[in-house]
Amino acid sequence: MANLSVNFAGVTFKNPIVPASGAFGFGREYEELYPLSTLGGISTKGTTLEPRNGNPAPRIAETPSGMLNSVGLQNPGIDSFLEHEVPYLATKDTRIIANIAGSTIEDCVETARRIEGSAVDMIELNISCPNVKEGGVAFGVNCNSAQTITEAVRNVTTKPLMVKLSPNVTSITDIAKAVEAGGADAVSLINTLLGMKIDINTRRPILRNNVGGLSGPAVFPVAVRMVWQVANSVSIPVCGMGGVSTWKDAVEMMLAGASLVQIGAALFDTPFAPMKIIDGLNQYLDDNKIENINDIIGKVQPW
Amino acid sequence: MKYTQGNYRIVKKENLAKNCYDFTIACPEIAEIAQAGQFAHVKINGFSLRRPISICEVDKENGTIRIVFEIRGEGTKALADCNENTLIDIIAPLGNGFTLLDSSKKAIVIGGGIGVPPMVEVAKHYRKNATAIIGFRSANAVILNEDFDSLGANVMLCTDDGTMGQKGYVTTALATRLEQETADIIYACGPHLMLKGIIELANKYNIRCEVSLEERMGCGVGACLVCACKTVKDGKEYFAHVCKDGPVFDSKEVIL
Repeated sequence: MANLSVNFAGVTFKNPIVPASGAFGFGREYEELYPLSTLGGISTKGTTLEPRNGNPAPRIAETPSGMLNSVGLQNPGIDSFLEHEVPYLATKDTRIIANIAGSTIEDCVETARRIEGSAVDMIELNISCPNVKEGGVAFGVNCNSAQTITEAVRNVTTKPLMVKLSPNVTSITDIAKAVEAGGADAVSLINTLLGMKIDINTRRPILRNNVGGLSGPAVFPVAVRMVWQVANSVSIPVCGMGGVSTWKDAVEMMLAGASLVQIGAALFDTPFAPMKIIDGLNQYLDDNKIENINDIIGKVQPW
Repeated sequence: MKYTQGNYRIVKKENLAKNCYDFTIACPEIAEIAQAGQFAHVKINGFSLRRPISICEVDKENGTIRIVFEIRGEGTKALADCNENTLIDIIAPLGNGFTLLDSSKKAIVIGGGIGVPPMVEVAKHYRKNATAIIGFRSANAVILNEDFDSLGANVMLCTDDGTMGQKGYVTTALATRLEQETADIIYACGPHLMLKGIIELANKYNIRCEVSLEERMGCGVGACLVCACKTVKDGKEYFAHVCKDGPVFDSKEVIL
């Protein structure tokens, strides 16, 4: 069996497969099916300084090969996360990536500051949520604001800092370079693509928020392209996500340059997707006589 | 929450009414623990999202559950095309079921349209002590009335157009029923307007009431938080989630 372990921004993950933020709650919900220790890590539900209710329902719509969501960062707030979820996750022998967001730079800074000293292994700063009116994607679509917020959070945390990027931009490589300059240890991409679905009978959008974030297999080629472009533009490691459903997708994402791979929408269809992907990676490496998964990262051979 | 995921065989398929299907599925480990009011999250090939479908009946002895569903779109149409012996991928049992009192208590189970199926398993618990008030648009949409009959429940069948049973809504039938005799508990599932009317009557007569809600779902297990519904607890409004906090809620907690 090959070595699936990866060192990502100074943190060792036993394998590169991590359920994505927003798709896996705080881990408890899927523990009925498999032990969390089998996962490389867990990116927890996007958490803000204060608790949030999120957007009104309907918050989900099915699309061809994908789905739209507009949850709007519903979460119990950072203090509840640190009190109830982190101690629990810390006993599960997997890496904890705390996904955080906020309406203002000050909120993000304070949220990150409170995490300092906890058992969290890495912070994933979400500057790309398309479903909140303030903050969220507003920070992630402009190089200056992306760099400024990264620097501000960098200054208050010693935890490895990963910044989650939006695909809803003209040049994702420019944003990636900006957050690298701001002191990020890694980047993760892609967050969801802004989309819309309309009921042709009622003439109303399905989502109460009118628009939402598109994820699922439909966005996978876009994600691979962006991961490849960003991995070739920055020196920090890249965590790839966006429509990864199978082990073949995970291999493709890693060949494009991702050192970690997050799994989101696929969990709703196939809760065992992370397990199947880990098994498939092992098989792929064995079949190709590759002893270490790090040997495939960024090894696409472009024409 | 204890649930499992697997591929299970459809052992019986019936067409109950136009666009309404009844599957009996062999899944002993699910049947073993499933409760009235819980649901199954069904995967349909070619579609991104599973469909939550309430559990109509549980047969622990034979290790089967029944799901009854209506064709509402392309996904449920594809599900309806599945035949006996087909394996379908389900996650179940999910959500919180109805609170069942001692079976000697008087219960009223109320279903509107495709909200009727989850009431069968509840009526099975109370049998002759259950009054089943079931409502449909028209005679050709009537389903499961014979199931309630065979359980010994007192059935009050309503149709909007009067083509079968009494003409009118289930709320009218409930008001009539409550003028005659009180009840220990009311259970209901159906359209929001119907539930609103039922909750008003339950409050008027001071009868405990539980309602089953529906919302578009993602994961079905409480991880993705998409199936939000407005609820109130200790005077404070908050978004609960139909899949994990429901689908059954105390009527005093729901905001419709």
